[in-house]
Amino acid sequence: MKKDIIKCSLSALFLLAGFIGKLFFPFVPYLSETLFLVSYLIVGIEVLINAFSGLFRGNLLDETFLMTVATVGALIIGEFAEAVGVMLFYNVGEMFQEYSVNKSRKSIQALMEICPDKANLFINGEVKEIYAEEVKINDILLVRPGERFPVDCVIIKGETSINKSALTGESLPYEAGEGAEILSGEINLSGAVQVKAIKEAKESAAAKILELTENAAERKSKSEKFITRFSAVYTPLVVILALLLAVVPPLLIQGETYETWIYRALSFLVVSCPCALVISVPLSFFASIGRASSEGILVKGGTSLESLSKVTKVVFDKTGTLTKGQFEVTGIHPVEGVSEKELLFKAALCECNSNHPIALSIMKAYGNKIDNSENLSIKEVPGKGVVAALGENEILAGNLKLLKDNGVAVPSEINKEITGAAVYIAENEKFIGFIEACDTLKEDAKDAVTALERENIRTFMLTGDSKINAEKIASSLNISSVKYELLPEDKLTSLENIMKGSKGNTAFIGDGINDAPSIALSDVGVAMGALGSDAAVEAADIVLVDDKPSKIITAVKIAKKTMKIVKENIAFALGVKFLVLLLIALGFGNMWFAIFADVGVSVLAILNSMRMIIYKSK
Amino acid sequence: MILKYKVTNLCCANCAAKIERSINKLKGVKEANLSFMSLKLTVDAEEDVNAEDLERQISKIVTKIEKNSTVEKI
Repeated sequence: MKKDIIKCSLSALFLLAGFIGKLFFPFVPYLSETLFLVSYLIVGIEVLINAFSGLFRGNLLDETFLMTVATVGALIIGEFAEAVGVMLFYNVGEMFQEYSVNKSRKSIQALMEICPDKANLFINGEVKEIYAEEVKINDILLVRPGERFPVDCVIIKGETSINKSALTGESLPYEAGEGAEILSGEINLSGAVQVKAIKEAKESAAAKILELTENAAERKSKSEKFITRFSAVYTPLVVILALLLAVVPPLLIQGETYETWIYRALSFLVVSCPCALVISVPLSFFASIGRASSEGILVKGGTSLESLSKVTKVVFDKTGTLTKGQFEVTGIHPVEGVSEKELLFKAALCECNSNHPIALSIMKAYGNKIDNSENLSIKEVPGKGVVAALGENEILAGNLKLLKDNGVAVPSEINKEITGAAVYIAENEKFIGFIEACDTLKEDAKDAVTALERENIRTFMLTGDSKINAEKIASSLNISSVKYELLPEDKLTSLENIMKGSKGNTAFIGDGINDAPSIALSDVGVAMGALGSDAAVEAADIVLVDDKPSKIITAVKIAKKTMKIVKENIAFALGVKFLVLLLIALGFGNMWFAIFADVGVSVLAILNSMRMIIYKSK
Repeated sequence: MILKYKVTNLCCANCAAKIERSINKLKGVKEANLSFMSLKLTVDAEEDVNAEDLERQISKIVTKIEKNSTVEKI
């Protein structure tokens, strides 16, 4: 790079000297010509060598060869300054291209430095440093402040705050204590913690992110394929036109000289490389895939961005996608004469041993631990609930069926208002009240829906949940359409109907656990927080590292911006090339004009592509 | 059969496109994909193709178009 800069500057100096010689010392024989020639050789010798060695290897339409023909031709017809100009600016263009390509490769590599290579293993009470790849599942590791978690793991001792910006772009640290699951690549900020490995390094989040991003460049978009096909015909076409231009008009039109038309033909060769296009389109996709992954949006390839940019419908799965998939107690309804606290306590007695999500929500609402004393015995009735005996008292907690089976009557009017799941409680064959629990919405669910609708993207929600619950959630989020009480196979049919329903692509967003078929069926499958599920990652076009539904809007914005840049570049580069060819053929342009237009287009197209690296979605 | 290679010293995007086109024309290659940005070549070849043979042919194409480039299996 440095060598190239020196070479080009030196050549430019000699070019300047040549002009001065031409203007002020025209009487000195061969002065300017010599200076121009030196300038030409400084910058062009390498191109000449490459051209001839390429020729011997059978590359006729190699760009160095075409540049050589154009410039040597110009020298022969006595246009020294122009030959230098073409060679010099061709080199400057190449240099700029190399610089920007390296720059974006580096910025992607920087994103990839999320995999730590060392881990601190506990063996017999001592800490030993090992390679991250050597960590086995269930190994106990020490992670000090400032270090990255080497593998996916769970904290077994200690508390700390953690920065996961490398994975998700979220710069706000979060607090984690015992039992918290941590992904590899996250950074331990404040305290030393002991963790237990739950995955090996190559199966951990950081390695998966790396693999996805690295392979993304291989899945080329339609625009990239178009450019490759176009470049295959462009150069031969321009060369043939140049040959015709050199020979045909002087033959057919009286008074036209070969000199004029050969000069125009040589100018044609200057614009014969489709480089601006061939480089700028993949560069745009590459930059934007890198940009997206820094936000925790892993894009499988250019094709995915292309289809995402044409999305007009977004279908959300409900549980785990728009909602947290965790129940929370939303209502405690005791009958007269029983306090809320007492009802909750009785329910907690029954549920204290269960892992059912609703049981967990009741325990959380109760807040204390149940003293599991000897005179408490608990019996589960599968599909119905729990029967607990505390001394002389028998407590029932479960659905209506459980109470009915045990001969407990429940007042019928209480059923009307229930929106979530309800646990009915009876003591000694008497109904004492019920507790309602609901799956809670994610904080950013509403933002996601609102932002999508603002972009004129229709939103849908599919759920197996009851009508009343589904509609309540849909209306609180302002989702345009909701399908409820769906069995797993109905989900696919509903999705298909939505896809056929109107024009444009349909994206499906699910948490990936049992949504893989829908993710695969949709035009753009988005798996959320799903790095752990191979089926979902395999089926998806886009994988969101964290489980925020609002990330979809960032992804859509990045995709639209990318496609806009790609289209701008294609239209601009093609437009300028054809305009230049036309003007040259008609005799309005010279070689200077040709090389400036050609290098100028490349530089502008590349700069335009690089905008994706610094693009802000907000 | 998917074969992956790393291509070094690839300095021109147009050359990458040319290499990709030539490899796609090789016998036994279903689809070849060369990414200029990630410098990775992925070849989807027929199952009965001799991988070493194919690698030699790929190498030849690469050095013909870009004389300083090399191909390395990954």
